[in-house]
Amino acid sequence: MLPAARLGLSLGRLAASLFLSLVFTTLILLIAGAPPIDTFIILFAGGLGSVAKLAQTMSVWIPLVLCSSALLLAFAPGLWNIGIEGQIILGAIFATGFLRPFAEGGSPLILVGALLAGMIGGSLWAYIAGVLKTWGRVHEIFGGLGLNFVALGLTLWLIFGPWRRPGVASMSGTEPLHPSLWLQEFKGLSLNPVSLALALVAIGLVIYLLRSTRWGLSLKAVGQNPDAALLFGLKPNKRILESMLACGALAGLAGALQVVGVYHRLLPAISSNYGYTALLVTMLASFRPQLIPPICFFFALLNVGSIQLPLQLKLDSSLSGVIQGVLVLSVFLVHGLEGRFRLGRKKE
Amino acid sequence: MLPRILRLSLVLLFILPFGCAKKAEEKPFTFGLLLVGPYNDRGWSQAHYDAGLYVERKLPGVKMIYLDKVNPADRPGLTLPQLVDDLASKGVRLIIANSDDMKDGVREAAKQHPEITFIHVSGDDVITGRAPANLGNIMGRMEYGKMMAGFVAALTTKTGKIGYLGPLINEETRRLAASAYLGASYAWQKIRKKPLKELKFKVSWIGFWFNIPGVTADPTQVANRFYDGGFDVVISGIDTTEAVVVATQKRKAGREVWAIPYDYKGACEGADEVCLGVPYFNWGPAYLAKVKAVKDGNWKQGWEWNGPDWNDINNEDTSAVGFFNGPAISNEVAEELAGFVTGLATGEINVFQGPIFYQDGSPFLLAGETATDEKIWYMSQLLQGMEGASSPK
Repeated sequence: MLPAARLGLSLGRLAASLFLSLVFTTLILLIAGAPPIDTFIILFAGGLGSVAKLAQTMSVWIPLVLCSSALLLAFAPGLWNIGIEGQIILGAIFATGFLRPFAEGGSPLILVGALLAGMIGGSLWAYIAGVLKTWGRVHEIFGGLGLNFVALGLTLWLIFGPWRRPGVASMSGTEPLHPSLWLQEFKGLSLNPVSLALALVAIGLVIYLLRSTRWGLSLKAVGQNPDAALLFGLKPNKRILESMLACGALAGLAGALQVVGVYHRLLPAISSNYGYTALLVTMLASFRPQLIPPICFFFALLNVGSIQLPLQLKLDSSLSGVIQGVLVLSVFLVHGLEGRFRLGRKKE
Repeated sequence: MLPRILRLSLVLLFILPFGCAKKAEEKPFTFGLLLVGPYNDRGWSQAHYDAGLYVERKLPGVKMIYLDKVNPADRPGLTLPQLVDDLASKGVRLIIANSDDMKDGVREAAKQHPEITFIHVSGDDVITGRAPANLGNIMGRMEYGKMMAGFVAALTTKTGKIGYLGPLINEETRRLAASAYLGASYAWQKIRKKPLKELKFKVSWIGFWFNIPGVTADPTQVANRFYDGGFDVVISGIDTTEAVVVATQKRKAGREVWAIPYDYKGACEGADEVCLGVPYFNWGPAYLAKVKAVKDGNWKQGWEWNGPDWNDINNEDTSAVGFFNGPAISNEVAEELAGFVTGLATGEINVFQGPIFYQDGSPFLLAGETATDEKIWYMSQLLQGMEGASSPK
């Protein structure tokens, strides 16, 4: 099939899934006794209604794009890197650790170091999952899940122990960073240009790497057929570790940006579950890089707009999570039905 | 056909009055409320939510916009300044933030929105000088409520073991746990005439104001451990109702145990067999004063620590803290409690009177010394005689 036709097919599936999830969500809203059309309008206006809202949506879009790009790299050689959640957390931990000596503030250049530290932290965590897979034969889903728990435990221990605020034992988080070490935001908006630029560079770079480099091609070859790749001298295990390292670096960057750009401290919920959300995004995009930015935007929109539900309709804002979940299920359903339909046709 | 200019002016004549009428009609005053927990948690957040409703009742035309579950675990990815932006775009002129956990976020948001007045409940930015000019603090003198809770617990316990289900450790929670202990030790020594060393008072901290699965210690488990360890009264210091829930389960299993919840006047409901009473916050009067002041343009920055109305600590319109006697309190204990409250009211009884020692043996109050507000607010340790961590280990 031509690339354009394949993209068209993906888009068609996406549209069908969107429609399906719209139907499901409307049903849920009707059962909950909420006016469906108003709810959708409020939800979307809540993420798009003004420049400030748009900025807020973009500030969620950034980590989602970084993590989804990261997952594309891992998926190329066929890895389900569910450990991305922990890799974000390790990025946040490393960045916070790097910044701890600068409690009195300092030059913004220090932030470069913090971001690099975050990338190293994420890579390290991903590398462990990679080694568990290639050397220990632990499937990356199980290894990753385990490492996620360890990462959360590590954060809790740091927040409650060595990095606690003086005189306080609270799970709420570490002492905020000195304001000179916060990424400067656009004036009056909760969005900072550095994070935005990094997210754009990341998705661009990933598309370039996967499409136009030998390395990207070899990753895909490993994903398609590890045995053949081995025969062709593509060293599958080495490729797997490399892709994990790259994926972890981007996830770690996302975590570091959450620290220096959003929360300005380390807290237990620092990953905001963006890793898991990014997994949904990439599945929804059928691993097509072009679809990542718009789907991330849609999810960010839901995330930010949902805050209006309790404010204006007294609805629980977890509805946005329901929509996201329903959407992903719809994608699988559409996919499955398509297969069934094709299979049926072949039989005839 | 009328000349165009005439038509236009006719139209204007029709439209203008409506336009003017709209303008003359005053925009309703709205205030925002940020709650750390669910608005119906039967604890800390619900007490605040009810106060917002109280203001709406007392000042017709004033509207509250609230957002609950404002904490990173429940609302991943959203920060307090962002939520304040949301409220600001709805035109609120006063924002009340109800959690210690929001301290840094409120300060940041207040700097970004000088046009809005902020009240941070339980904070002390005004004392420490870190507050921008549009940020004030209020708190209730819950120390009294906790003394009463401790008093009732010590008169009720049969095993002589009182558990205190603590949230996280900071100055506020230390002072409240210590107040409960001082009330208990007063009752134990002065009413029951027993030596203090026979009273066991243990504090277990969960790590946050309420349960966050996988992050904090589980308050249900902590309460269970207390009861299973022979503690027959548990005083809750957390935002939610786990202590009375677990106590009720133990009762159903035939154990003679009690609990004292916290924060919310209605926290005893459904726990008739075990609930000895609840020290609660009544934020209504303070909220009302703040809304009126901001509305009339005469709000002044301040740090307020509002006490009970000693004429009637349960007066909805005047008392900032109260104690509601629970269904499980015995008549004798209730009588003694009334005497204790009178003693506190007249100043005859002051449990914060030296000599009192910190947990490590260093003096908190010297002999004959009574504690100043500042000394109580900034307690740096638990007191001698209390078991449990004073500060993070």
